[in-house]
Amino acid sequence: MVKGRFGIHGGQYIPETLMNAVIELEEAYNRLKDDAEFKEELNSLLMNYAGRPSPLYYAKKMTQDLGGAKVYLKREDLNHTGSHKINNVLGQVLLAKYMGKTRVIAETGAGQHGVATATAAALMGMECEIFMGKEDTDRQALNVFRMKLLGAKVHVVTSGTQTLKDAVNETLREWSRRADDTHYVLGSVMGPHPFPTIVRDFQKVIGCEVRKQILEMEGRLPDALVACVGGGSNAIGLFYDFIEDRDIRLIGCEAAGHGIDTDKNAATITTGTVGIFHGMKSYFCQDEYGQIAPVYSISAGLDYPGVGPEHAYLHDTGRAEYVAVTDNEAVEAFEYLSRIEGIIPAIESAHAVAYARKLAPTMGKEQILVVGLSGRGDKDVAAIARYRGVDIYE
Amino acid sequence: MNNINNAFTNGKAFIPFITAGDPSIEITEQLVLQMAEAGADLIELGIPFSDPVAEGEVIQGANIRALSGGVTVDRIFEMVKRIRCKCTVPIAFMTYVNPVFCYGPEKFIRNCKEAGVDGLIIPDLPYEEKGEIMPFCTKYGINLISMIAPTSKNRIRMIAKEAKGFIYCVSSMGVTGVRENIGDEAREMVELVKTVNDIPCAIGFGVSTPEQAVKMTKFADGVIVGSAIVKIVEKYGSECVPYVVEYVRTMKNAIKTM
Ligand SMILES: Cc1ncc(COP(=O)(O)O)c(C=O)c1O
Repeated sequence: MVKGRFGIHGGQYIPETLMNAVIELEEAYNRLKDDAEFKEELNSLLMNYAGRPSPLYYAKKMTQDLGGAKVYLKREDLNHTGSHKINNVLGQVLLAKYMGKTRVIAETGAGQHGVATATAAALMGMECEIFMGKEDTDRQALNVFRMKLLGAKVHVVTSGTQTLKDAVNETLREWSRRADDTHYVLGSVMGPHPFPTIVRDFQKVIGCEVRKQILEMEGRLPDALVACVGGGSNAIGLFYDFIEDRDIRLIGCEAAGHGIDTDKNAATITTGTVGIFHGMKSYFCQDEYGQIAPVYSISAGLDYPGVGPEHAYLHDTGRAEYVAVTDNEAVEAFEYLSRIEGIIPAIESAHAVAYARKLAPTMGKEQILVVGLSGRGDKDVAAIARYRGVDIYE
Repeated sequence: MNNINNAFTNGKAFIPFITAGDPSIEITEQLVLQMAEAGADLIELGIPFSDPVAEGEVIQGANIRALSGGVTVDRIFEMVKRIRCKCTVPIAFMTYVNPVFCYGPEKFIRNCKEAGVDGLIIPDLPYEEKGEIMPFCTKYGINLISMIAPTSKNRIRMIAKEAKGFIYCVSSMGVTGVRENIGDEAREMVELVKTVNDIPCAIGFGVSTPEQAVKMTKFADGVIVGSAIVKIVEKYGSECVPYVVEYVRTMKNAIKTM
């Protein structure tokens, strides 16, 4: 019980069939992460293909409206494919290519990770198969078509609750069928070691850029960082470079769905308990017998009963705070940011915006709040319309 | 000596798997007793889990049926206690690490001991993580069964050296489910195990016909059959007992004198 631990969390709780696959991955990653050629190829993809660095945008109208801290938005929504997911995917698919793999598989919730994976696979000439819960293929139909357009095969997962958790189950099953030529591109900082570390390393570019950008613009570091947390990849990406800056508040926003006092939420750290699932020890929404609970959020990307082990650790040590944001607050924030800044955020990211709306007014005007805008909201427009009672079909 | 060793003293071992509570705890109890009578040498009893990642569709279905019938770990312990009043057949639980972890590993293993469970198979607890449970298994004399797979290769020696009871050899890649063809990897795995540890090896995943069982027991000490039996349970529901018994008898007869 030594490898890939974050306090008590993390580990490698997976079937023996997959053990050599994760060991091989870890060895390849350790070999390549400091390899000059690999690093250069990845950097060039991030710059020229994904469009990095993403802007750190001063949201002036929002700042004035909220009347407190200066609000900056880290614009991951402007990346190619529309979210932070591309950072991790370019890293992992390139890694898979260096490992000699010819096929990638991935789970997806909202479809953003699936689209990003299909994109990178098209770019790097790999076969690609995506697993997506039936409930999500229904509410994110456009992304299903996008993945197909990019040449990926999309498997509709009808087992269990037919959402992200079940898509992960199915992708793990597929990987155990065929690991020799196939890499599993896990979409968040979760799963067995080394995934939480690899994904965090590929996402930490978000926070590293923020540090540089805010120092250039403000000559000082921010006072608080806010990001939404599903598995936690955009949040850890934003937080990681600031963990040692003890004065900076790190705040993760989980999906409270209909509310944390109902059974329709996905606020894992707020309402969950420690368990072992999907290869990791962490917090999970589950019953007293360790059966994983069906979770709910309006946001397909946050509709997951677990959370990455490093977040579990940051919670245990008190270094980061985790708050819960309801569907309704997120939808209001979705509409708010659209109107006030002309930016339609992903419904996932809208959870962070919603909390920023509460937090900024409690902070001083000289203080700085950075909000991780993990993705753009085009994919969500039809669902939000339906939430508001307008029947739009994509 | 653990009761599991007795499973390998009556010719080649036939090891059926069923999910506890599918279709009901009462039928499971009858199945265990009657499979033992029909020649089952060890019974693998699944404790249902919401997300059985190592399972194919057939056993996933059994997990869902059992959970929707309201079965819990405590009710399964009680059932094993009742079985133990009548029958000494070796019993191993098959479940995932989370139900054990959430119950409290020590309490779980102590209850295994008290109820009369002999072994524990946890597919998502690989060698590296067995410290989660192993100390309690040692303390209470429960065998934590090691698994090896076709991809284990360089890991087989390390795993085999510390294995207890028997080794569960996963016949082929993937999840549980009936397969038409099982490759030759199983034979190589068994041979490698035997060079480091003289421990029984049973082959599971994919085995369903007497012919396959015969082929596997030419080199292995037993076969484990899950999906083929669960399919019968699924088909006949609460009427399944005689059909399962018939199947078990046929399979055991095929390999008994191998
Ligand atoms: C735009 C966006 N933000 C956030 C998430 C949640 O993932 P994570 O918590 O790993 O950042 C998703 C997942 O689909 C997403 O699409």
